[in-house]
Amino acid sequence: MSYEVDLEVFKGPLDLLLHLIKKHEMDIYDIPIAEITAQYLAALDAMKSLNLDIAGEFLVMASTLVHIKSRMLLPVEAEADSEEEEADPRAELVHRLLEYQRYKQAAVTLDEYHILGRDVFARSCCEDTEDPEGNADLQPVGIFELVEALQGLLREAPPEPVHEVVREKLSVAERVSMLLKLLGDCQSLAFEALVSRRPDREELVVTFLALLELAKLRMIRIMQNQRCGSIWLFPTETDAGRELPLQDENFGYC
Amino acid sequence: MRGVNCRCRMKILDTAELKAVIEALLFAAPGPVRLEQLALAVEAEPDRVKRQLDELEKEYRHMQRGFVLAELADGYQLRTRPEHAEWVRRLHSSRPVRISRAALETLAIVAYRQPVTRADIEYLRGVDSGGVVKSLLDKRLVRIVGKMDAPGRPLLYGTSREFLEFFGLRTLKDLPTLKEFTELTRESESLLLDFEAGIEEEPSPVAPGENGEG
Repeated sequence: MSYEVDLEVFKGPLDLLLHLIKKHEMDIYDIPIAEITAQYLAALDAMKSLNLDIAGEFLVMASTLVHIKSRMLLPVEAEADSEEEEADPRAELVHRLLEYQRYKQAAVTLDEYHILGRDVFARSCCEDTEDPEGNADLQPVGIFELVEALQGLLREAPPEPVHEVVREKLSVAERVSMLLKLLGDCQSLAFEALVSRRPDREELVVTFLALLELAKLRMIRIMQNQRCGSIWLFPTETDAGRELPLQDENFGYC
Repeated sequence: MRGVNCRCRMKILDTAELKAVIEALLFAAPGPVRLEQLALAVEAEPDRVKRQLDELEKEYRHMQRGFVLAELADGYQLRTRPEHAEWVRRLHSSRPVRISRAALETLAIVAYRQPVTRADIEYLRGVDSGGVVKSLLDKRLVRIVGKMDAPGRPLLYGTSREFLEFFGLRTLKDLPTLKEFTELTRESESLLLDFEAGIEEEPSPVAPGENGEG
């Protein structure tokens, strides 16, 4: 018997199995396990001979198949086994194959939709408005976006100087009061405007910590323009004059 | 809608004007606009705005305009027609958005099973999916919705608003129900049960009732 393998790239072992089952018109509910195992291993051999990288998952599936095959060879002890153990060693595999087939088809259906930027177009979305008041549809910012923004700033930070001598210790508490003062003056602040023009990493980190502290104390709201827009800080209206014990010890940074 | 409130009071728009203003807002909007946003901006009842939106939608459709009014992601947006995609792409002269089969599979799993962990996705697909999930996160089609209360606190993923916009869906409910293409699976599940039941029954070779004849 000769084996032919399509050079189609299989998305994974389940994909390959489905393909083999369909190609050899096997009944998925009664997979001839010896035959499919042989076909599957042959397919792996073919992939290997083509120098395709065989991902570990393909090998795991191969061992699963061989395992099932060996279990099928064992005599079924009618009374003891059929009551408690699963009836057929193939059941889980069949279940997985059918599940996978569902999502594979769902993927095909999704692909038929009119996809934005491929089939349909809208006016370009990323207009970075400079004025937060101008774009009223602000959405709360999640921690994921905040971390992304911090990484953005860190990326632009210059490399550490080699010859540094003395380092000024920056205090989170000082930075908190500075931010509060800035916010008091201008009602809204862009995330990028928080740090000096060429900040070092320490300044960035301290500023970010101060920002998180303020958010935790509910003294600022952090909002974002509709999407991929800048992040804006607003002071909360309540308790504007509240005095806080702004000491680093109180924040636990010492 | 802070911006609208502080503007001077606008006159009440008559119907024809209202329609034109709504059209203007849709044209200028950077993304889908919600009905309430429109209503607030034009200072009209949402019902009235909705009627105008419906009319605009019909006009664009019947007059063979170059765009349609699509209702999606909880809002309204002007979009080009799919049959004009080739022409628009020429103007853009950039690569069209491409989405791989692996990404689509992963999106389908996230969309139907959310919230879902990476391990779930990998079990269902049978392959490592870290790279795909990361690129979907970068494209904002998928977002982190929380952490699972299980050992290792794995991240849970769900679809984003951008996912709806990307596929032009109004809500997740607009996704075709999995049932539609699981008829085979449905059938198979009962078959599978029969099949398993059959295995259990097989060992007894003759049904007891049939022995009386001999």
